[in-house]
Amino acid sequence: MGTAGGGENRDNGQAKLGRHLTLLTALPPALLTLLLLLYMPDIAAGRTISFGFVWIADLGIAFRFYIDALSLLFALLISAIGAFVAIYAVAFLHGHPQLRRFFLYLYLFIVGMLGLVLAGDLITLFVFWEVTSVASYLLIGFNHTSAVARRSALQALLVTTLGGLCLLVGLLLLGSVAGSYEMTQVLASGEAVRASPLYFAILILLLIGAFSKSAQLPFHFWLPNAMAAPTPVSAYLHSATMVKAGIYLLARMHPVMGQTDIWEWTLTCTGAATATVAAVAALRQTDLKLALAYTTVIALGTLTMFLGSDATIVIAAAITFLFVHSLYKAALFMVVGIIDKQAGTRDINKLGGLGQSMQITFVIALAAALSMAGFPPFLGFIGKELKYEGALAVASEPALVATAAVFANAVTVTVAGMVALKPFLGRPNHVYPNVQEAPAGLWISPLILGGLGLTFGLVPELVNDELITPAVTAILGTSETIELKLWHGLNIPLLLSILTFGLGIAMYLGLSRLRDWLSWDFSHAPTNADQLWDKSLEKLRLIAALQTNLLQNGVMRHYLTVIFFTISLVLTYALIRTGQYSLVFEWPHLNLKEWAAILLTVGGALMAGAARKPLIAICALGALGVGIALIYLFFGAPDVAITQLLVETLFLVLVAAILPRLPVFSPGRKIRFRSRDAALGALLGLLVTLTILVVLQTPFDSPASNFFKEASVPQAHGRNIVNVILVDFRALDTFGEIIVVFTAAIAAVTLLGHRLRRGKQ
Amino acid sequence: MNSLVLQSATRVLVALLLVFSVYMLLRGHNHPGGGFIAGLIAASAFALFAMAWGMEAAQSALRIPPGNLAATGVLIAAFSGVLAVFFEGAPFSGQWLQLTGHKNTGGISISNVLIFDIGVYLVVFGSVLTLIFALEEVK
Repeated sequence: MGTAGGGENRDNGQAKLGRHLTLLTALPPALLTLLLLLYMPDIAAGRTISFGFVWIADLGIAFRFYIDALSLLFALLISAIGAFVAIYAVAFLHGHPQLRRFFLYLYLFIVGMLGLVLAGDLITLFVFWEVTSVASYLLIGFNHTSAVARRSALQALLVTTLGGLCLLVGLLLLGSVAGSYEMTQVLASGEAVRASPLYFAILILLLIGAFSKSAQLPFHFWLPNAMAAPTPVSAYLHSATMVKAGIYLLARMHPVMGQTDIWEWTLTCTGAATATVAAVAALRQTDLKLALAYTTVIALGTLTMFLGSDATIVIAAAITFLFVHSLYKAALFMVVGIIDKQAGTRDINKLGGLGQSMQITFVIALAAALSMAGFPPFLGFIGKELKYEGALAVASEPALVATAAVFANAVTVTVAGMVALKPFLGRPNHVYPNVQEAPAGLWISPLILGGLGLTFGLVPELVNDELITPAVTAILGTSETIELKLWHGLNIPLLLSILTFGLGIAMYLGLSRLRDWLSWDFSHAPTNADQLWDKSLEKLRLIAALQTNLLQNGVMRHYLTVIFFTISLVLTYALIRTGQYSLVFEWPHLNLKEWAAILLTVGGALMAGAARKPLIAICALGALGVGIALIYLFFGAPDVAITQLLVETLFLVLVAAILPRLPVFSPGRKIRFRSRDAALGALLGLLVTLTILVVLQTPFDSPASNFFKEASVPQAHGRNIVNVILVDFRALDTFGEIIVVFTAAIAAVTLLGHRLRRGKQ
Repeated sequence: MNSLVLQSATRVLVALLLVFSVYMLLRGHNHPGGGFIAGLIAASAFALFAMAWGMEAAQSALRIPPGNLAATGVLIAAFSGVLAVFFEGAPFSGQWLQLTGHKNTGGISISNVLIFDIGVYLVVFGSVLTLIFALEEVK
């Protein structure tokens, strides 16, 4: 007990020291933010920065980065919010035994995201895209002892890598059409790409990639499940990163792929549908974190919907909203994390009256929620006004877009109320009576983020001139002027705003009844995407089990049968395909020792097939092997002959060791198997012989062997060509092979050890 | 197997086989032989020893666990591959240091190629013996 107490004290001391040190983890992203801010005026003026190095010259692939206004905006959000999340995580995960691991994953993720948005080469972009997939898998599954977390992590990984594979194919096609993988050249070749017959395929593949990452229908289900991650991760994944990767891709590809009907319609409809579905789902949630997660899906749907258009105001709305959303969503997730930590629950029905004891958190929640709900004078209001203006300007379907936007925003208002009002107002809850205000480390980050939402709302020029307008310009390719202001005058967007507030507040007031109704309705639905996912995974496993049982059922004879049968099929096909050839068979002129070797080989084979006892069969096989070794020796391959002979010897030793345990010669069924095996063996032998004869008909062109013959002495200083090839010309291959040999030995020992233990039990 | 003839012969044969394996390893560059063959010969020597004197005697005669031998071999081969980089060659390319005489006509030279072949030798030697010893335990 005493030692345990002492250990605890020491741990506390270390933790305190560690905590101050871990705050340093926020430093790199913070410094990066400052660096990017330094570049901001230049970039806003239209300059771009490009650097990197050639990666695979033959394929025209470079490891290149490219910074323009659009990537700068994303990079700023990623690094700045990354710094705040790091500060928050230090306090949130205080005392967590795997804090270091957490920060390792978080940094991997930040690097992945930054690389993605700054990539100046399509392949570079893809590499970082995959990095974010892997890092998010690790982060979502951080609480790896929880089965839910593991499932969610795997789901996120599978969905996003599935999209990633499609993206890779799409990017390769795009690169081939554009003639280069370099971002600037791809961006400049929009017309050629749109005129290409491959345009449709490229579009579909890129959209699957973007939609899976940004949780659009029908891939929307993984994002709310990703809530299994620790709250700092959710705050980061949902606000600035991960899910915005798809949006970034859409924005980046807008000048290349956009401005077509199919782009506009697909994005608008998918986005609108996603926003609507997510809005309905958000209303059903009682878990604050889940409700927020669904509002993220709403936001992503809205962004996708807007990126379908190419009108200035719509794109401006999308970019402004993207910026606003990152600020308030990160803050709100952090607030929910604080509530969870201090009150012990995130269930809205159990929370209430926290406002008295948690005044700072309450204020922060209000600030962020007002921005999210789009109340003036917050930046969210400007974003929302722009959204309505943009929605009405969408050329294809203004009514649809505007309706979806109003409904989605109304739900967002409701969820804002759920997060910022419900837990803090009302009677204090008696289940958790002694709730205290969170430590500063927890509320400082959301406070700054929420404060920024207010500051930028009051002085929108701060972000407009150097961030948002240049980013819109970068997307549309033409110089744009956008005005962000709080008062737009009495117009339709303002009316829609008032309608939104009314609807949202009404839904908030009738929330419990609405939820009852919705949950009743949904419980009758036959299935949902999540269940469908489970079912398809199960089917996949069934198919895998089926084919494994069919092809690899663990019986050696079966394996060999499958392999020999497949080789026979392939050889037959090859022989038929080759078509015309005349086989010239000459009676060979061999001397006595060569005939003897052949006799030994053939006799050994026949005897092995006919033998009734295992020992005889194995000895016959040995004779066969020696016969083959002799043939090698007689026809000028002494190295191969020696190897063959040694392998035969060792094989005999090994087989002798396991002979008593071999089940091969079990009596009873052997006749049937024997005849089948003999037929298959004879067939294969015949086919191989035929193939060799056919191959010998064609003139032998041997640049490789000629090279080895000529270069062996002057270049590698060795007269034994076989050995020179092994250890010099093809040394890397040999290195791979010896690793295989080594691995095989380890694997065999492991398997045998397993057998041994099982035998003893 | 408890055979006096085999046991007596083995004492001489094992030593001869091991020396022969080193001989095969070293001559491999110009004549039939090389690390792979030499490793198999060395492994057969210990297999013979194990048959005559028993597995435990063979294991204690080897002194080192054969798995370690194989792992060392992989490391040596990798080291030789990396070595080439320090001599401004591509990884795993042959690098030669001529001590006396002239290349191709004689003299004494050392090279990372031989180091690589020694790695191969150890891997094959160790891996095969690992297998033989493991199978014996099962029995």
